[in-house]
Amino acid sequence: MHLTLKVWRQEPGQNGMFQTYEAPGISEDMSFLEMLDVVNERLIEEGTAPIVFESDCREGICGTCDLMIDGQAHGPEKATATCQLHMRKYNDGDHITIEPWRAASFPVIRDLAVDRSALDAIQEAGGYISAPTGSASDANLTPVPKDAADSAMDAAACIGCGACVAACPNSAAQLFTSAKVMHLNLLPQGQAERWKRTEAMVETMEEYFGSCTNHGECHEACPKEISLDFIALMNKDYVKSKIKNRKLSGQK
Amino acid sequence: MTGYSDVLDSKVPDGPIADKWTNHKFNMKLVNPSNKRKFEVIVVGTGLAGASAAATMGELGYKVKAFTFHDSPRRAHSIAAQGGINAAKNYQNDGDSVHRLFYDTVKGGDYRSREANVHRLAEVSVNIIDQAAAQGVPFAREYGGLLANRSFGGAQVSRTFYARGQTGQQLLLGAYSALMRQVNLGGVDLYNRQEMLELVVKDGQACGIVCRDVITGEISSHSAHAVVLATGGYGNVYYLSTNAMMCNTTATWRAHRKGAMFANPCYTQIHPTCIPSSDPFQSKLTLMSESLRNDGRIWVPDSFDESRAASDIPESDRDYYLERKYPAFGNLVPRDVASRNAKTVVDAGKGVGPLKNGVYLDFAEAIARDGEDTVRAKYGNLFDMYERITGENPYKQPMRIYPATHYTMGGLWVDYHLMTTVPGCYAIGEANFSDHGANRLGASALMQGLADGYFVLPYTIGDYLSTSLGHDPVGNDDPVFKDAIADVTDRTNRWLSINGTKSVDHYHRELGKLVWDYIGMERNKNGLEKAISEITSLEEEFHKNVRVLGSADTLNQSLEKAGRVSDFFELAKLKARDALVREESAGGHFREEHQTEEGEAKRDDENFAHVTAWDWNDEATPQTEHREQLTFENVALTQRSYK
Ligand SMILES: Cc1cc2nc3c(=O)[nH]c(=O)nc-3n(C[C@H](O)[C@H](O)[C@H](O)COP(=O)(O)OP(=O)(O)OC[C@H]3O[C@@H](n4cnc5c(N)ncnc54)[C@H](O)[C@@H]3O)c2cc1C
Ligand code: SF4
Ligand code: FES
Repeated sequence: MHLTLKVWRQEPGQNGMFQTYEAPGISEDMSFLEMLDVVNERLIEEGTAPIVFESDCREGICGTCDLMIDGQAHGPEKATATCQLHMRKYNDGDHITIEPWRAASFPVIRDLAVDRSALDAIQEAGGYISAPTGSASDANLTPVPKDAADSAMDAAACIGCGACVAACPNSAAQLFTSAKVMHLNLLPQGQAERWKRTEAMVETMEEYFGSCTNHGECHEACPKEISLDFIALMNKDYVKSKIKNRKLSGQK
Repeated sequence: MTGYSDVLDSKVPDGPIADKWTNHKFNMKLVNPSNKRKFEVIVVGTGLAGASAAATMGELGYKVKAFTFHDSPRRAHSIAAQGGINAAKNYQNDGDSVHRLFYDTVKGGDYRSREANVHRLAEVSVNIIDQAAAQGVPFAREYGGLLANRSFGGAQVSRTFYARGQTGQQLLLGAYSALMRQVNLGGVDLYNRQEMLELVVKDGQACGIVCRDVITGEISSHSAHAVVLATGGYGNVYYLSTNAMMCNTTATWRAHRKGAMFANPCYTQIHPTCIPSSDPFQSKLTLMSESLRNDGRIWVPDSFDESRAASDIPESDRDYYLERKYPAFGNLVPRDVASRNAKTVVDAGKGVGPLKNGVYLDFAEAIARDGEDTVRAKYGNLFDMYERITGENPYKQPMRIYPATHYTMGGLWVDYHLMTTVPGCYAIGEANFSDHGANRLGASALMQGLADGYFVLPYTIGDYLSTSLGHDPVGNDDPVFKDAIADVTDRTNRWLSINGTKSVDHYHRELGKLVWDYIGMERNKNGLEKAISEITSLEEEFHKNVRVLGSADTLNQSLEKAGRVSDFFELAKLKARDALVREESAGGHFREEHQTEEGEAKRDDENFAHVTAWDWNDEATPQTEHREQLTFENVALTQRSYK
């Protein structure tokens, strides 16, 4: 099939703009990123610098790929990361607009690549259980109710892609943060640091990202269909943490 | 043969196999806690092996600097592992033990691994599960809340722990969270988006690295008392593989060029159940979990010019070739056997699909027997993934599968301490050659990466570091660093100045085809010699005619790839030479000249029970071969049979 692409091009430190490229001879079995590989190969032959976009696993698990396709984070297919989108979803003659994630906290590096290190800052603030190597006792000494393990796994399935932020009108990172917080807060192992973790991660999130006003766009865009329930659970834990953590400081 | 082995000292401790590691830990020199912070350690790579090692050494008090070219440690290739991780917990009370896991791993590796390392791996496997569970890895659980297991890759016991189909992701998130905790506490400095392009060596000892910042292009050097490489495998030398797009050999290859011997590069695992490629621009291949072979039946049409849809082909015109040839194991034969047989039928012209490049994996019988719902409950997400990629519905028509490169057993040679032949330079995880011999068992790579990172390296490195107490690391202003920076800068600029006509990807694809055709599932002398000469001429063309546009001082993906592909060319030649000298068939290495009358792999224990380790000379002089003789005192060597 023959497609027409409108692609965002941006040099570091400069303003970006759309460029139009023709993409003839695209097979429907190709993935969306393979289609871009083909376009890039032609650009290189013509002497034009290829379009910069990021990807790695191309299996929908590493969270590296991040394209805004016709205004939708990760494109039109539900529960699908950009790298898993295939060209059979498109028709001959289609026009496709491709942009980077748009969010103040994700500055554009070049073309379609953005800097998502703010997500790591949230993780660093408390997204862990303190269990230094060697300190663990036998794993079966702490039974974990199956429901708790399953819910924790539902949250832990987040791939850290940032589509939730890109899709949100406020560029809020509630879905990502709640997935990270609740993965650990739901488990028995995560209880000791529960309140400290929640407060630290939520407040770090607020330093970087906008506020949530319950649009729910994040869930629609999320390739792993992370549930909005986790946001509600995190909010509840956050309110509690303010009380719990205050009590603790009063004990000092 | 003795002439070969004397330079390689594996430093395996004395004593009975089950006591070696315990005694060794006691005998190693310790670094006292207040001295630990005087030692700086560089860890390159933050996948399972690197993240766990960096976090643990940070906890111990060492000053750790961790480097990755990814934007976050959580993106490392380890994230993609699906199936699970082995451990000799014997929670199922089905007769598993440290000894059994040790035995299975040595046998599965076709008797080409070092017994002492494998035993240690089996011993610490149990600690890994405890560690990961304590970190909050959401392993699958039984209703009573205890850990669930499954049997994997033909093992006779249920020792595989898993987290849905995302075990690698969850284990990596655990190691990454431990790492981020150390970053927060100041025990580890994390350097994201830094690609290591050189190992720096002074007076024969590793003293640092040179990196390029992939965003700004800045080239910088970093010094330390020791350097740990945890940079993964070299499977992308085939271009098409199940590895992530950015996996490459540059870090290990640069270390090889600085004196670290490269061991067994010919050992590559080809996984039997991947989705066949669909067009010439295929960028990578996707693995379908091995568990599908539990219920799917593999077949091809009897006739060469079959044009009917699979469902229209009657039973009498089908060849269930694995069930026919291996009645005892059927569709569950080990990976290498399943892969090679698929190649045989496809090469014979019986392949299925539009490009005739696959075999059927058919669930019709399972669906008729157990019902579609049961099959969906077991494999639903795999079926969905297959449909997303191929546009075909595997509930209605059989899947098409074909083998693809998946894992590399070869890597930097390391001794029992996991140190390479460059003192002070260590290699862990898939980057080293150590534990899997000629073939890796399913669910054992995650185990090895985490064993190395959490439980082995953090102890063994102290033995080396304690000898340099009182010595600062070599300064960044030392000429060795200045020279290394100049070298890397030159190399980087050279790619931009060639200005040829073809892209880096073009050459990578062409190289991949040669490696797949001649050093793939079956190798022979003629083919390997041809491979060396064709790779050499393609490499010459690459250096004259590659086109890398743009500049060096910004994010430039073609520039990054050019360096990686250049190192793949050199590795590919060594891989062919290694396959050429190994005049036997073992595990993932099948030499056509060495097979039984039934066409099965034929080992030669008398002459080839050794590790081949290659020592770099210079550009003009091919590497020199060395050997580490393997001795088997605890496992009797047998010929594998699956009939
Ligand atoms: C699809 C798939 C499924 C798998 N499933 C399983 C399974 O079920 N069970 C199992 O046991 N094994 C499985 N494996 C194998 C296993 O996942 C890998 O062998 C293992 O994760 C490798 O871990 P690692 O830490 O050694 O390397 P990696 O995870 O590859 O990490 C390499 C790290 O090095 C960094 N790096 C590399 N080069 C440089 C450089 N030059 N400069 C800076 N940084 C660099 C990268 O950024 C990354 O952080 C699977 C593999 C694949 C491909
Ligand atoms: S919550 Fe969903 S969209 Fe957001 S980072 Fe995680 S996987 Fe991506
Ligand atoms: S490239 Fe890894 S999720 Fe898309």
